[in-house]
Amino acid sequence: MVKVKVAMQCPETQLNLGGIVLIRGNDFEDVPNMPEVQQAIDNGYLEVLKEEKNLEKKEKKEGEEVLVFAEQRHNKISRVVFELLGKARELADKLNVKTAAILLTDKDSGLSQDLINYGADKVYLAESPILKNYQTDFYTKVVSEHIRKTKPQVAIYGATHIGRDLAPRIAQRINTGLTADCTGLDITEDGLLLQTRPAFGGNLMAQIICKKHRPQMSTARPGVFKMREKDGSRKGEIVKIAANVSEKDSKLKVLEIIKEAKKKVNLEEAKIIVSGGRGLGEKKNFSLVEDLARLLKAEVGASRAAVDSGWIAKDHQVGQTGKTVRPKLYIAIGISGAIQHKAGMQNSDMVIAINKDSSAPIFEVADYGIVGDLFKVVPELINELKK
Amino acid sequence: MNIIVCIKQVPDTNEVKIDQKTGTLIREGVPTIMNPDDKHALIEAIKIKNKHKGKVTVISMGPPQAEEALRESLAFGADEAILLCDRAFAGSDTWATANAIGAAIKHIGNYDLLLFGRQAIDGDTAQVGPQVAEFLSLPQITYAQKIELGEGKVKVERQMEEGYEVIEAALPCLITCVSEINEIGYPSLHGIKEAYREKEVRVLSAEEIEVDKYKIGLLSSPTSVKKSFTPPAKGQGQILKGSTKEVVEKLVSILKEKEIIGAF
Repeated sequence: MVKVKVAMQCPETQLNLGGIVLIRGNDFEDVPNMPEVQQAIDNGYLEVLKEEKNLEKKEKKEGEEVLVFAEQRHNKISRVVFELLGKARELADKLNVKTAAILLTDKDSGLSQDLINYGADKVYLAESPILKNYQTDFYTKVVSEHIRKTKPQVAIYGATHIGRDLAPRIAQRINTGLTADCTGLDITEDGLLLQTRPAFGGNLMAQIICKKHRPQMSTARPGVFKMREKDGSRKGEIVKIAANVSEKDSKLKVLEIIKEAKKKVNLEEAKIIVSGGRGLGEKKNFSLVEDLARLLKAEVGASRAAVDSGWIAKDHQVGQTGKTVRPKLYIAIGISGAIQHKAGMQNSDMVIAINKDSSAPIFEVADYGIVGDLFKVVPELINELKK
Repeated sequence: MNIIVCIKQVPDTNEVKIDQKTGTLIREGVPTIMNPDDKHALIEAIKIKNKHKGKVTVISMGPPQAEEALRESLAFGADEAILLCDRAFAGSDTWATANAIGAAIKHIGNYDLLLFGRQAIDGDTAQVGPQVAEFLSLPQITYAQKIELGEGKVKVERQMEEGYEVIEAALPCLITCVSEINEIGYPSLHGIKEAYREKEVRVLSAEEIEVDKYKIGLLSSPTSVKKSFTPPAKGQGQILKGSTKEVVEKLVSILKEKEIIGAF
């Protein structure tokens, strides 16, 4: 079938094409692609609907991709990568280009397909025993060479201890801009990457662009962007790339990777977080926060003040200098809500604040607030929940 | 063992306030401090010097006031202090800053170890350290929580999210330090006296460090700030009113209603 209508230059007001009558002035209609129709098109009596524009939208442009660095540890893709892929898809759709991921590993045991399921159209895969674990020099070389070759418009990295070691090194090698810890990424009217990030300890938000250098590079912290649903039916292309690295090229050697036995504090993935701050007054009172958290099967968070006072370990800290979280429920107990704390938790679905000071800034971001003595409110809350 | 430490003078972000009317930072009266992670790097350098002998040189890029942070470093026991101060540096992003600091380090020369703080509290980027390492083609180790010096090499514990890595690098190399690496004490009285009465802070310009002028400053920086604004406040929530028992009951019923918590 072809979509046609009677052309303006057709001398007739209607055309009879093998039994099908087309009237001038009507809109495009589907007709079978018969010899009569083809002849009328060739004569210029029929106008064909050009579907190129639609095609362009379906068929994404080759090259100039949006690239995500697919960090893996112990042969598992870091969660932040899936979050970034969701955002990368959004940007790539706006730019009408493909979403690509670059994966460095010793052997791909299905990780590429994971990346495709979460939004990658294309996975560039560098496999070599030397790339099993992250190593600054080897990873910088492989990713930089890939970027030089394929010239992506945008490259994004997770702001993890690996991403924050790798991305600046690459930026300096290929001489482009890099914006750290973006909380928002979008495309401007001119097709530039608009990078929003907190500055001055979260007191100010800055929008940053990289006009002339490519790729436009950003890092984003885990938990900042929402992960898309996994789509097991998605298909993508896996492109193997060279791993031109050898041990003798580097003056660095990773001797050991030590996993600490301590319980992992997983604030980024927590559904509920109960956080305590200065209002708790002393270390032993922090047990109140822990009791409530245990009851709600929640993770324990803390403000910088509580961490600095030594009441709880640093990996519990929420905020600009701690972790960025977005749980379904965030309960802030005795936290005044300094801007730097709010920067880390204001994207929570629901915030409940308990504080004796009604003017505490935490109430500005709270959905529900209780102004009162936490030493009365929290035990009462624990009682009520136990019922 | 010649160590160069890079420090930054920063506004104390805990004390920064926003003018609610104009939405801009109130800079007046905000105290400046030596960036905390940088101070840990400095203390580590002095520790290493005391054990292995050598010299600690501290560099900072910034306005003339940054001399204060350098004087403080001298008081803690640094041997020399250099201030990179030139209008040509103004407005540099991390790429351009790394070019300037990298060029200065090349100019100073004769170093075994470069120590940086992990990140500065005003920008939180953690980028300049690795960028300087790349500029100088040196091996880098970021997030160092322990440094052990060997013969011509260094062994470092690099902090990770779930534990740490042990990395060995040949000297010279660049290391960025986290706050867990050491405890900061106080400068000695003698140190303070020396820092303010005897020692000098040398000022270097862009021309003196022979940096390509197309690699520094606002106009050469790949990134630029398009706009800045104060973070939008979330809509005012609801303050629950009543006795402690009443508000708690109300809260629990809301949580159950919204299916955030199940029945206990």
